[in-house]
Amino acid sequence: MAIVSSLRGIGKRVVNAVWRLGYGARFFLMTLFYSGMSFRRFRLTVRELFFSGVMSLIIILVAGMFVGMVLGLQGYETLKRYGSESALGSLVALSLVRELGPVLAALLFASRAGSAMTAEIGLMKATEQIAAMELMAVNPIARVVAPRFWAGVISMPLLAALFSAMGVFGGYVVGVVNIGVDEGSFWSQMQAAVDLRDDILNGVIKSVVFGLVVTAIALFEGYDAPPTAEGVSGATTRTVVQSSLAILMLDFILTALMFRGE
Amino acid sequence: MERTTLDLWVGIFVVAGIAALVVLALKVGNLSTYNMSETYQLQAHFTNVGGLKPTASVRSAGVLVGRVTSIMLDTERYEARVTMSIDKRYQFPTDTFANILTSGLLGEQYIGLLPGGEEEMLKDGGEFKKTQSAVVLEDLIGKFFTSSVDAK
Repeated sequence: MAIVSSLRGIGKRVVNAVWRLGYGARFFLMTLFYSGMSFRRFRLTVRELFFSGVMSLIIILVAGMFVGMVLGLQGYETLKRYGSESALGSLVALSLVRELGPVLAALLFASRAGSAMTAEIGLMKATEQIAAMELMAVNPIARVVAPRFWAGVISMPLLAALFSAMGVFGGYVVGVVNIGVDEGSFWSQMQAAVDLRDDILNGVIKSVVFGLVVTAIALFEGYDAPPTAEGVSGATTRTVVQSSLAILMLDFILTALMFRGE
Repeated sequence: MERTTLDLWVGIFVVAGIAALVVLALKVGNLSTYNMSETYQLQAHFTNVGGLKPTASVRSAGVLVGRVTSIMLDTERYEARVTMSIDKRYQFPTDTFANILTSGLLGEQYIGLLPGGEEEMLKDGGEFKKTQSAVVLEDLIGKFFTSSVDAK
Protein backbone atom coordinates (compact mmCIF):
# COMPACT_ATOMS: atom_id res chain seq x y z
CA MET A 1 0.00 0.00 0.00
CA ALA A 2 2.90 2.28 0.72
CA ILE A 3 4.03 1.93 -2.90
CA VAL A 4 0.61 2.82 -4.24
CA SER A 5 0.30 5.90 -2.10
CA SER A 6 3.81 7.12 -2.92
CA LEU A 7 3.14 6.57 -6.65
CA ARG A 8 -0.07 8.47 -6.23
CA GLY A 9 1.85 11.28 -4.55
CA ILE A 10 4.32 11.50 -7.45
CA GLY A 11 1.52 11.49 -10.00
CA LYS A 12 -0.31 14.20 -8.15
CA ARG A 13 2.79 16.37 -8.10
CA VAL A 14 3.42 15.94 -11.81
CA VAL A 15 -0.19 16.70 -12.71
CA ASN A 16 -0.08 19.70 -10.41
CA ALA A 17 3.11 21.02 -12.02
CA VAL A 18 1.70 20.67 -15.53
CA TRP A 19 -1.53 22.29 -14.39
CA ARG A 20 0.36 25.21 -12.92
CA LEU A 21 2.44 25.57 -16.07
CA GLY A 22 -0.68 25.83 -18.18
CA TYR A 23 -2.22 28.32 -15.77
CA GLY A 24 1.01 30.33 -15.87
CA ALA A 25 1.02 30.37 -19.68
CA ARG A 26 -2.60 31.55 -19.74
CA PHE A 27 -1.76 34.21 -17.14
CA PHE A 28 1.15 35.41 -19.32
CA LEU A 29 -1.06 35.63 -22.41
CA MET A 30 -3.74 37.48 -20.43
CA THR A 31 -1.08 39.95 -19.28
CA LEU A 32 -0.06 40.62 -22.89
CA PHE A 33 -3.72 40.83 -23.95
CA TYR A 34 -4.66 43.39 -21.29
CA SER A 35 -1.49 45.48 -21.77
CA GLY A 36 -3.36 48.27 -23.52
CA MET A 37 -4.10 50.13 -20.31
CA SER A 38 -0.45 50.23 -19.19
CA PHE A 39 0.34 52.28 -22.29
CA ARG A 40 -2.86 54.32 -22.50
CA ARG A 41 -2.51 55.25 -18.83
CA PHE A 42 1.27 55.34 -18.96
CA ARG A 43 1.40 56.90 -15.50
CA LEU A 44 0.66 53.48 -14.03
CA THR A 45 3.75 52.06 -15.76
CA VAL A 46 5.87 55.05 -14.77
CA ARG A 47 5.01 54.40 -11.12
CA GLU A 48 6.19 50.82 -11.46
CA LEU A 49 9.28 51.92 -13.38
CA PHE A 50 10.13 53.96 -10.31
CA PHE A 51 9.79 51.01 -7.96
CA SER A 52 11.49 48.37 -10.08
CA GLY A 53 13.95 50.50 -12.07
CA VAL A 54 14.95 53.57 -10.09
CA MET A 55 15.01 51.78 -6.76
CA SER A 56 17.35 49.13 -8.23
CA LEU A 57 19.79 51.77 -9.49
CA ILE A 58 22.02 51.91 -6.42
CA ILE A 59 22.56 48.19 -6.12
CA ILE A 60 23.15 47.83 -9.88
CA LEU A 61 25.66 50.69 -10.03
CA VAL A 62 27.62 49.61 -6.95
CA ALA A 63 27.64 45.94 -7.96
CA GLY A 64 28.70 46.82 -11.53
CA MET A 65 31.54 48.96 -10.25
CA PHE A 66 32.89 46.22 -8.01
CA VAL A 67 32.50 43.46 -10.60
CA GLY A 68 34.46 45.61 -13.06
CA MET A 69 37.16 46.24 -10.47
CA VAL A 70 37.49 42.53 -9.73
CA LEU A 71 37.67 41.78 -13.46
CA GLY A 72 40.40 44.39 -13.79
CA LEU A 73 42.46 42.83 -10.98
CA GLN A 74 41.97 39.20 -11.93
CA GLY A 75 42.31 39.85 -15.63
CA TYR A 76 45.55 41.71 -15.06
CA GLU A 77 46.99 38.91 -12.92
CA THR A 78 46.24 36.33 -15.62
CA LEU A 79 47.18 38.41 -18.66
CA LYS A 80 50.47 39.43 -17.03
CA ARG A 81 51.71 35.85 -17.33
CA TYR A 82 51.42 36.06 -21.10
CA GLY A 83 52.78 39.58 -21.26
CA SER A 84 49.58 40.89 -22.80
CA GLU A 85 48.32 43.33 -20.17
CA SER A 86 47.25 45.62 -22.98
CA ALA A 87 44.38 43.22 -23.76
CA LEU A 88 42.87 44.01 -20.33
CA GLY A 89 40.40 46.47 -21.84
CA SER A 90 38.97 43.95 -24.28
CA LEU A 91 38.78 41.26 -21.60
CA VAL A 92 36.86 43.50 -19.19
CA ALA A 93 34.53 44.92 -21.83
CA LEU A 94 33.75 41.64 -23.59
CA SER A 95 33.00 39.69 -20.44
CA LEU A 96 30.80 42.50 -19.13
CA VAL A 97 28.89 43.31 -22.30
CA ARG A 98 28.34 39.70 -23.35
CA GLU A 99 27.75 37.87 -20.08
CA LEU A 100 28.21 39.50 -16.73
CA GLY A 101 26.23 42.67 -17.43
CA PRO A 102 22.96 41.03 -18.50
CA VAL A 103 23.22 38.00 -16.19
CA LEU A 104 24.31 39.66 -12.96
CA ALA A 105 21.99 42.62 -13.46
CA ALA A 106 19.12 40.18 -14.03
CA LEU A 107 20.01 38.15 -10.92
CA LEU A 108 20.13 41.33 -8.84
CA PHE A 109 16.90 42.51 -10.44
CA ALA A 110 15.20 39.20 -9.63
CA SER A 111 16.14 39.37 -5.98
CA ARG A 112 15.64 43.12 -5.59
CA ALA A 113 12.56 43.89 -7.70
CA GLY A 114 11.12 40.46 -8.54
CA SER A 115 10.73 39.39 -4.94
CA ALA A 116 9.14 42.74 -4.08
CA MET A 117 6.62 42.33 -6.90
CA THR A 118 5.67 38.85 -5.73
CA ALA A 119 5.29 39.91 -2.12
CA GLU A 120 3.25 42.98 -3.08
CA ILE A 121 0.80 41.14 -5.32
CA GLY A 122 0.60 38.16 -2.96
CA LEU A 123 -0.26 40.50 -0.10
CA MET A 124 -2.78 42.37 -2.22
CA LYS A 125 -4.41 39.03 -2.83
CA ALA A 126 -4.24 37.99 0.83
CA THR A 127 -5.86 41.24 1.91
CA GLU A 128 -8.51 40.77 -0.78
CA GLN A 129 -7.64 43.92 -2.70
CA ILE A 130 -7.58 41.93 -5.93
CA ALA A 131 -11.02 40.52 -5.23
CA ALA A 132 -12.26 44.03 -4.39
CA MET A 133 -11.03 45.30 -7.77
CA GLU A 134 -12.87 42.55 -9.57
CA LEU A 135 -15.98 43.48 -7.60
CA MET A 136 -15.64 47.05 -8.87
CA ALA A 137 -15.33 45.74 -12.44
CA VAL A 138 -11.66 46.73 -12.61
CA ASN A 139 -9.57 44.05 -14.27
CA PRO A 140 -6.69 43.38 -11.83
CA ILE A 141 -4.48 42.01 -14.59
CA ALA A 142 -4.80 45.21 -16.61
CA ARG A 143 -4.58 47.48 -13.56
CA VAL A 144 -1.98 45.74 -11.37
CA VAL A 145 -0.10 43.07 -13.31
CA ALA A 146 0.48 44.48 -16.82
CA PRO A 147 2.07 47.82 -15.74
CA ARG A 148 4.52 45.94 -13.53
CA PHE A 149 5.31 43.56 -16.36
CA TRP A 150 6.12 46.32 -18.84
CA ALA A 151 8.06 48.29 -16.26
CA GLY A 152 10.25 45.22 -15.72
CA VAL A 153 10.74 44.64 -19.44
CA ILE A 154 11.69 48.29 -20.01
CA SER A 155 13.97 48.72 -17.03
CA MET A 156 15.97 45.49 -17.39
CA PRO A 157 18.00 46.41 -20.52
CA LEU A 158 18.64 49.90 -19.11
CA LEU A 159 19.89 48.42 -15.85
CA ALA A 160 22.09 45.91 -17.69
CA ALA A 161 23.60 48.70 -19.81
CA LEU A 162 24.29 50.75 -16.67
CA PHE A 163 25.86 47.70 -15.05
CA SER A 164 28.18 47.12 -18.02
CA ALA A 165 29.11 50.79 -18.33
CA MET A 166 29.86 50.99 -14.60
CA GLY A 167 31.86 47.76 -14.84
CA VAL A 168 34.00 49.10 -17.68
CA PHE A 169 34.61 52.21 -15.58
CA GLY A 170 35.57 50.01 -12.59
CA GLY A 171 37.96 48.02 -14.75
CA TYR A 172 39.44 51.28 -15.99
CA VAL A 173 39.93 52.58 -12.45
CA VAL A 174 41.75 49.45 -11.31
CA GLY A 175 43.58 48.65 -14.54
CA VAL A 176 44.68 52.07 -15.72
CA VAL A 177 44.56 54.35 -12.68
CA ASN A 178 45.75 51.88 -10.03
CA ILE A 179 47.93 49.31 -11.78
CA GLY A 180 49.06 51.53 -14.61
CA VAL A 181 48.13 49.66 -17.79
CA ASP A 182 48.62 51.97 -20.76
CA GLU A 183 45.44 53.99 -21.20
CA GLY A 184 45.64 54.15 -25.00
CA SER A 185 45.96 50.41 -25.49
CA PHE A 186 43.25 49.76 -22.87
CA TRP A 187 40.66 51.67 -24.88
CA SER A 188 41.88 50.86 -28.39
CA GLN A 189 42.06 47.10 -27.75
CA MET A 190 38.59 47.30 -26.24
CA GLN A 191 37.22 49.14 -29.25
CA ALA A 192 38.89 46.72 -31.65
CA ALA A 193 37.45 43.69 -29.84
CA VAL A 194 33.87 44.77 -29.08
CA ASP A 195 31.47 44.63 -31.99
CA LEU A 196 28.32 46.74 -31.96
CA ARG A 197 26.00 44.08 -33.33
CA ASP A 198 27.63 40.85 -32.19
CA ASP A 199 28.39 41.92 -28.65
CA ILE A 200 26.43 44.98 -27.54
CA LEU A 201 23.18 44.26 -29.37
CA ASN A 202 23.23 40.61 -28.30
CA GLY A 203 23.77 41.73 -24.70
CA VAL A 204 20.74 44.00 -24.97
CA ILE A 205 18.63 41.17 -26.44
CA LYS A 206 19.70 38.93 -23.57
CA SER A 207 18.73 41.50 -20.97
CA VAL A 208 15.31 42.06 -22.57
CA VAL A 209 14.65 38.31 -22.49
CA PHE A 210 15.78 38.10 -18.86
CA GLY A 211 13.57 41.04 -17.91
CA LEU A 212 10.59 39.37 -19.55
CA VAL A 213 11.18 36.04 -17.81
CA VAL A 214 11.94 37.46 -14.37
CA THR A 215 8.92 39.73 -14.24
CA ALA A 216 6.61 37.05 -15.69
CA ILE A 217 7.72 34.57 -13.02
CA ALA A 218 7.52 37.14 -10.22
CA LEU A 219 4.03 38.32 -11.20
CA PHE A 220 2.66 34.83 -11.66
CA GLU A 221 4.05 33.61 -8.33
CA GLY A 222 2.47 36.60 -6.61
CA TYR A 223 -0.85 36.16 -8.35
CA ASP A 224 -0.91 32.43 -7.68
CA ALA A 225 0.27 32.63 -4.04
CA PRO A 226 -1.98 31.08 -1.40
CA PRO A 227 -3.50 34.05 0.45
CA THR A 228 -1.72 33.38 3.72
CA ALA A 229 1.46 34.72 5.32
CA GLU A 230 3.10 31.36 4.70
CA GLY A 231 1.89 31.25 1.11
CA VAL A 232 3.30 34.71 0.31
CA SER A 233 6.67 33.94 1.85
CA GLY A 234 6.87 30.65 -0.07
CA ALA A 235 5.96 32.40 -3.30
CA THR A 236 8.65 35.03 -2.77
CA THR A 237 11.27 32.33 -2.23
CA ARG A 238 10.09 30.47 -5.34
CA THR A 239 10.34 33.66 -7.39
CA VAL A 240 13.99 34.19 -6.53
CA VAL A 241 14.93 30.52 -6.97
CA GLN A 242 13.05 29.96 -10.20
CA SER A 243 13.98 33.19 -11.88
CA SER A 244 17.66 32.76 -10.97
CA LEU A 245 17.65 29.28 -12.47
CA ALA A 246 15.71 30.47 -15.50
CA ILE A 247 18.21 33.29 -16.08
CA LEU A 248 21.22 30.98 -15.97
CA MET A 249 19.65 28.31 -18.18
CA LEU A 250 18.35 30.82 -20.71
CA ASP A 251 21.75 32.47 -20.71
CA PHE A 252 23.33 29.22 -21.84
CA ILE A 253 20.73 28.74 -24.57
CA LEU A 254 21.00 32.33 -25.81
CA THR A 255 24.81 32.22 -25.73
CA ALA A 256 24.78 28.98 -27.71
CA LEU A 257 22.49 30.58 -30.30
CA MET A 258 24.38 33.87 -30.50
CA PHE A 259 28.04 32.92 -30.28
CA ARG A 260 28.45 29.62 -32.02
CA GLY A 261 32.06 30.48 -32.63
CA GLU A 262 32.30 30.84 -36.38
CA MET B 1 -2.23 65.22 -14.48
CA GLU B 2 0.58 67.09 -12.82
CA ARG B 3 4.25 66.43 -12.69
CA THR B 4 5.65 64.71 -9.63
CA THR B 5 9.12 64.00 -8.30
CA LEU B 6 8.48 60.37 -9.20
CA ASP B 7 8.34 61.34 -12.87
CA LEU B 8 11.62 63.16 -12.49
CA TRP B 9 13.33 60.09 -11.05
CA VAL B 10 11.97 57.81 -13.75
CA GLY B 11 13.15 60.34 -16.34
CA ILE B 12 16.62 60.40 -14.82
CA PHE B 13 16.66 56.60 -14.82
CA VAL B 14 15.68 56.31 -18.48
CA VAL B 15 18.13 59.01 -19.56
CA ALA B 16 20.95 57.36 -17.59
CA GLY B 17 20.15 53.96 -19.08
CA ILE B 18 20.12 55.26 -22.64
CA ALA B 19 23.29 57.25 -21.96
CA ALA B 20 24.95 54.02 -20.77
CA LEU B 21 23.93 52.30 -24.00
CA VAL B 22 25.32 55.18 -26.05
CA VAL B 23 28.57 55.13 -24.07
CA LEU B 24 28.85 51.38 -24.66
CA ALA B 25 28.21 51.83 -28.38
CA LEU B 26 30.58 54.76 -28.87
CA LYS B 27 33.33 54.38 -26.32
CA VAL B 28 33.45 50.59 -25.94
CA GLY B 29 32.14 49.37 -29.29
CA ASN B 30 33.64 52.16 -31.39
CA LEU B 31 30.59 52.77 -33.54
CA SER B 32 32.24 55.73 -35.23
CA THR B 33 34.42 53.62 -37.54
CA TYR B 34 31.45 51.65 -38.83
CA ASN B 35 29.48 54.24 -40.72
CA MET B 36 32.25 55.69 -42.79
CA SER B 37 30.88 58.54 -44.87
CA GLU B 38 30.79 57.08 -48.38
CA THR B 39 32.53 54.01 -49.65
CA TYR B 40 33.31 52.16 -52.85
CA GLN B 41 34.01 48.46 -53.33
CA LEU B 42 37.33 46.94 -54.32
CA GLN B 43 38.34 43.31 -54.67
CA ALA B 44 41.49 41.26 -54.35
CA HIS B 45 42.36 37.59 -54.80
CA PHE B 46 44.61 35.89 -52.29
CA THR B 47 45.95 32.33 -52.36
CA ASN B 48 45.57 32.21 -48.59
CA VAL B 49 43.78 34.68 -46.31
CA GLY B 50 45.02 33.11 -43.06
CA GLY B 51 43.01 34.46 -40.14
CA LEU B 52 41.52 37.45 -41.95
CA LYS B 53 37.89 38.07 -41.01
CA PRO B 54 35.08 40.28 -42.30
CA THR B 55 35.18 43.74 -40.61
CA ALA B 56 38.99 43.49 -40.48
CA SER B 57 40.55 46.87 -41.18
CA VAL B 58 42.16 47.98 -44.43
CA ARG B 59 45.08 50.31 -43.83
CA SER B 60 47.42 52.30 -45.98
CA ALA B 61 50.53 53.72 -44.33
CA GLY B 62 48.89 52.70 -41.04
CA VAL B 63 45.83 54.87 -41.64
CA LEU B 64 42.42 53.17 -41.56
CA VAL B 65 40.93 53.60 -45.05
CA GLY B 66 38.27 50.86 -45.12
CA ARG B 67 37.03 47.50 -43.95
CA VAL B 68 36.78 43.98 -45.31
CA THR B 69 33.13 43.28 -46.16
CA SER B 70 33.23 39.67 -47.38
CA ILE B 71 35.58 36.75 -47.92
CA MET B 72 34.56 34.00 -50.33
CA LEU B 73 36.19 31.14 -52.17
CA ASP B 74 36.32 31.84 -55.91
CA THR B 75 35.73 28.37 -57.37
CA GLU B 76 37.04 29.38 -60.81
CA ARG B 77 40.52 30.06 -59.53
CA TYR B 78 40.30 28.31 -56.13
CA GLU B 79 41.52 31.42 -54.45
CA ALA B 80 39.95 33.57 -51.78
CA ARG B 81 38.12 36.63 -53.09
CA VAL B 82 38.16 39.43 -50.55
CA THR B 83 35.78 42.35 -51.03
CA MET B 84 36.48 45.53 -49.10
CA SER B 85 34.74 48.87 -48.87
CA ILE B 86 37.10 51.82 -49.07
CA ASP B 87 36.39 55.36 -48.00
CA LYS B 88 35.53 57.58 -51.02
CA ARG B 89 38.07 60.15 -49.90
CA TYR B 90 40.95 57.80 -50.70
CA GLN B 91 41.86 56.70 -54.24
CA PHE B 92 44.50 54.11 -55.08
CA PRO B 93 46.53 53.57 -58.29
CA THR B 94 45.82 50.43 -60.33
CA ASP B 95 49.20 48.88 -59.44
CA THR B 96 48.64 49.05 -55.68
CA PHE B 97 49.94 46.10 -53.66
CA ALA B 98 47.42 44.47 -51.24
CA ASN B 99 49.15 42.51 -48.47
CA ILE B 100 47.68 40.60 -45.55
CA LEU B 101 49.61 41.72 -42.51
CA THR B 102 49.46 41.05 -38.79
CA SER B 103 49.42 43.76 -36.16
CA GLY B 104 51.98 42.67 -33.61
CA LEU B 105 53.10 39.08 -33.09
CA LEU B 106 49.72 37.68 -32.05
CA GLY B 107 47.46 40.52 -33.12
CA GLU B 108 44.62 40.44 -35.59
CA GLN B 109 45.20 40.40 -39.33
CA TYR B 110 44.46 43.32 -41.62
CA ILE B 111 45.02 44.31 -45.23
CA GLY B 112 47.82 46.75 -45.90
CA LEU B 113 47.74 48.74 -49.14
CA LEU B 114 51.04 49.83 -50.72
CA PRO B 115 50.29 52.29 -53.54
CA GLY B 116 52.26 52.08 -56.77
CA GLY B 117 53.16 54.81 -59.26
CA GLU B 118 50.48 54.38 -61.91
CA GLU B 119 48.52 57.46 -63.01
CA GLU B 120 45.19 55.65 -63.36
CA MET B 121 43.10 55.12 -60.24
CA LEU B 122 41.03 52.07 -59.26
CA LYS B 123 37.28 52.50 -59.83
CA ASP B 124 34.35 51.05 -57.90
CA GLY B 125 34.38 47.26 -58.36
CA GLY B 126 38.04 47.27 -59.38
CA GLU B 127 40.58 44.71 -58.34
CA PHE B 128 44.04 44.77 -56.84
CA LYS B 129 46.14 42.69 -59.25
CA LYS B 130 49.19 42.40 -57.05
CA THR B 131 48.55 40.65 -53.76
CA GLN B 132 50.55 38.92 -51.09
CA SER B 133 48.93 36.23 -48.95
CA ALA B 134 49.00 35.85 -45.21
CA VAL B 135 52.14 34.37 -43.73
CA VAL B 136 51.33 30.89 -42.49
CA LEU B 137 53.62 29.98 -39.63
CA GLU B 138 53.77 26.27 -40.54
CA ASP B 139 54.93 27.05 -44.08
CA LEU B 140 57.55 29.40 -42.71
CA ILE B 141 58.88 26.78 -40.30
CA GLY B 142 58.80 24.18 -43.09
CA LYS B 143 60.85 26.44 -45.35
CA PHE B 144 63.29 27.14 -42.56
CA PHE B 145 63.85 23.42 -41.98
CA THR B 146 64.27 22.51 -45.64
CA SER B 147 66.66 25.37 -46.23
CA SER B 148 68.78 24.47 -43.20
CA VAL B 149 68.93 20.84 -44.43
CA ASP B 150 70.03 22.06 -47.88
CA ALA B 151 72.76 24.19 -46.35
CA LYS B 152 74.35 21.13 -44.82
